[in-house]
Amino acid sequence: MVYSMLIMFSYAAAIVCLSAILWRAVKIASLPIHLRWELYPVAHEKGRSSYGGSYLEESDWWAKPRESSFIGELKVMIPEILLLAGVWEHNRSHWFRSFPFHIGLYILVGLVGLLLIGGIAIAIGFPLSVDAGLVGTLLYHLTYVAGYAGLVLGLLGTAALLIRRLFNQDYREYTKKSDYFNLVFFLLALGVALLAHLVADPDFAALRGYFARLVTLGLAPAEVAPLSALSVAEIVLASMLVAYVPLTHMSHFFTKWFTYHDIRWNDEPNLAGGKIEHRVGNMLKYTPTWSASHISGDGKKTWVDVTTSNVEEDEE
Amino acid sequence: MKRKRIKVGDISKPSPKLTELRKEDFAPLPTPFERPESTPGMAPLSDKAEAQYESSLDDTIAVSIPKPKNKDEEDALVAKFLSGLEKLFTKENNWTFLQPLLLSMDHCATCHTCSDACHIYESSGKNPVYRPGYRSEVFRRLYKKYVKSKGGLLQSWRDGEIELNWTTVARLAELAYRCNLCRRCAQTCPIGVDNGLIAHEIRKLFSQEMGIAPKELHENGSVLQLKVGSSTGMNKAVVKDNMEFIDEDVSELTGLQIETPWDKVGADILLIHNAGEIMAWPMNPGAFGVIFESAGLSWTMSSELAGYDSINYGLWYDDAQFARVAIKHAEAAKKLGVKKIVLGECGHAHKALTVIADRVLTGDLNIPRESCMVTLEQIISSGRIKVDPDRNDFPVTLHDPCNLVRLMGIVEPQRRILRKIAPRFREMHPHGVQNYCCGGGSGFAIMSGHNFNDWRHQIAGRKKLEQILEAFKDELDPSIKKYVCAPCSNCKGQLRDLFTYYDLWEKHSILYDGLVELIVNCMTDVKPGFIEWEMH
Repeated sequence: MVYSMLIMFSYAAAIVCLSAILWRAVKIASLPIHLRWELYPVAHEKGRSSYGGSYLEESDWWAKPRESSFIGELKVMIPEILLLAGVWEHNRSHWFRSFPFHIGLYILVGLVGLLLIGGIAIAIGFPLSVDAGLVGTLLYHLTYVAGYAGLVLGLLGTAALLIRRLFNQDYREYTKKSDYFNLVFFLLALGVALLAHLVADPDFAALRGYFARLVTLGLAPAEVAPLSALSVAEIVLASMLVAYVPLTHMSHFFTKWFTYHDIRWNDEPNLAGGKIEHRVGNMLKYTPTWSASHISGDGKKTWVDVTTSNVEEDEE
Repeated sequence: MKRKRIKVGDISKPSPKLTELRKEDFAPLPTPFERPESTPGMAPLSDKAEAQYESSLDDTIAVSIPKPKNKDEEDALVAKFLSGLEKLFTKENNWTFLQPLLLSMDHCATCHTCSDACHIYESSGKNPVYRPGYRSEVFRRLYKKYVKSKGGLLQSWRDGEIELNWTTVARLAELAYRCNLCRRCAQTCPIGVDNGLIAHEIRKLFSQEMGIAPKELHENGSVLQLKVGSSTGMNKAVVKDNMEFIDEDVSELTGLQIETPWDKVGADILLIHNAGEIMAWPMNPGAFGVIFESAGLSWTMSSELAGYDSINYGLWYDDAQFARVAIKHAEAAKKLGVKKIVLGECGHAHKALTVIADRVLTGDLNIPRESCMVTLEQIISSGRIKVDPDRNDFPVTLHDPCNLVRLMGIVEPQRRILRKIAPRFREMHPHGVQNYCCGGGSGFAIMSGHNFNDWRHQIAGRKKLEQILEAFKDELDPSIKKYVCAPCSNCKGQLRDLFTYYDLWEKHSILYDGLVELIVNCMTDVKPGFIEWEMH
């Protein structure tokens, strides 16, 4: 009964998490096309991104093919995502707090992958252990190494961020009660998890067993290791955290894709007869209601009407 | 005396000033201004100005909002602000920037990485009110409380406390004009939050809903341009007269016969200057004429309404005014049937017409636009004009206009020209897309009301002053003439005022001007001595 409820809880958390990500992503993506607002360097500018140049440096640029480099984007995105390169460059003291937190979480995401593999292996009758063949042994060791590394780094980073927000006035003045709650939530979830493994599940076998139950919807083999009370607490807290994060401003882990690709690096020119022109044409049909006298939006005049009329005419 | 801490919520608490500006707090300057007493002091606001206009943010005024006469007027203005706030987050009213705005509203982690990138924050001695995140955080809390969640149960717990009253609104209006919109802060944000955009959007709210904007930008700026053709007040007869005088002067100075072509149907290029050049720096459009004629280009200027003035102040405060002016520019080009528009030395005009208007100009108004930096580089690299760099044998440094460089990625063409024509060229640090604003960005260069001039030279322009002094630190001797190449009218306006304020020309022979003047100065077909070494 407890396992069934726990499994349902974990699946519900995963569904909330994925739904929130999907809902937010669709919502952002379906917002109207905006005016260009790029900021250089633009990573995909082939041969120019190193110094921040753009295709606008070319004479008659509109008549020439634009060269875009996906490799160039990767060269910026990978260090930015994995190493927080921007924070390292511009806010070094914060990086020493933020990086352990983020890399800890990345490792824990990897741990989930390893536990899923381990769970599937149990379900199909090949449980991981110290003597489960080369791959099985490797995955067995990798799981607890990743687990401890992720939990320790995550905890250290969370504690360091919390201390900074509590004791540094510049940060404290901008920290909302919810920010403290978020950090304490992380601290609690990661702390309980670490304790659970140190005390009751040192090689992550019980947690792997739980993943076997998850992937089999509770029909895992009977020899799967049971969960201690601490492990149950670990799973409950982790599930809640997974569901909670995408509902907050911490959803920047995926909305960052939009701030970079849709805004900062969006240098796509509007070419005659193209898709952008079509989309802009639709936006121009909107009817603004701005009430300053030089606009006098009445909800009937379109943006085309407003911008092709003269202020003087309007005032007359 | 230690400066008092200022919290986000303090913006709503009535007091004579939210923050005070003290010269001893400002960031130190290099030689010869290392002592605070070696720089001019900030003039206090007059009693009349304080009595008449809202000035409770700091010790200056940019917007000049008349003080409401009574509580009813205050309440009406707050209600108007609130209606504008709601409209700013609707696609019907703000499709132009809704997505970037929402992303910047919802995802700031308040890590303060942006703070040290801001020259205004740094120059002020890290005044907490000028932190790029301060304005944004106030606005974010207002949005979340009054638009997004409408003050739900968990709202203040989740988003922080803020009160909306007239004090908040009046201070926020001024605070939107303590940012140069250079977006250097946005460049450093690991998440992609853009405080410059938020300042821009606050300005829009005030202008588009409440009709509140600095007079220099609106009435004397975009409104005048749309009425007579130029924010300088020049109509087409006056501008043509002025250009005729310039042609005469330039012909005499260079020994070449220059005549600016007007309204030439079918020309390849429509050249649009910032008309401020024609008024304040006539040798700049004159130099363009010399180069374009010598290179044998097919070009013209337009005498259509706004067709001879590339400025577009709407870029800084109002989407409707912005689009109206951009459309006028495109219509002028369409009427002449040119192949492309080339923008003269004006950074914001470059960005306005090339990048921002790109998704405004559709159909036959979508006429290609090119930077003059690119056109000039092509002329020089193709050898169509001959140059003798020895004529420019003096120290030269380059100021990167934010709009042209960080916001358009036009970085190298001007440098390739300078490397060819200026043997003693050296960079400022940092430069290129990491440059610092001159302090005149986003309209400040033309705003000098009350004591705002002091503010923009003591604070906004301080970093640029430091960079210029550093670039010439071994040659500050006044016997050595030095040249700051600033290929942008607004930047030149700021540098002119900044140099005058700190007496840089008189004391250290540091002059500023554009790129084309340097080019013509070393053209072998031109009589030597095109650059007039005097403050102008």
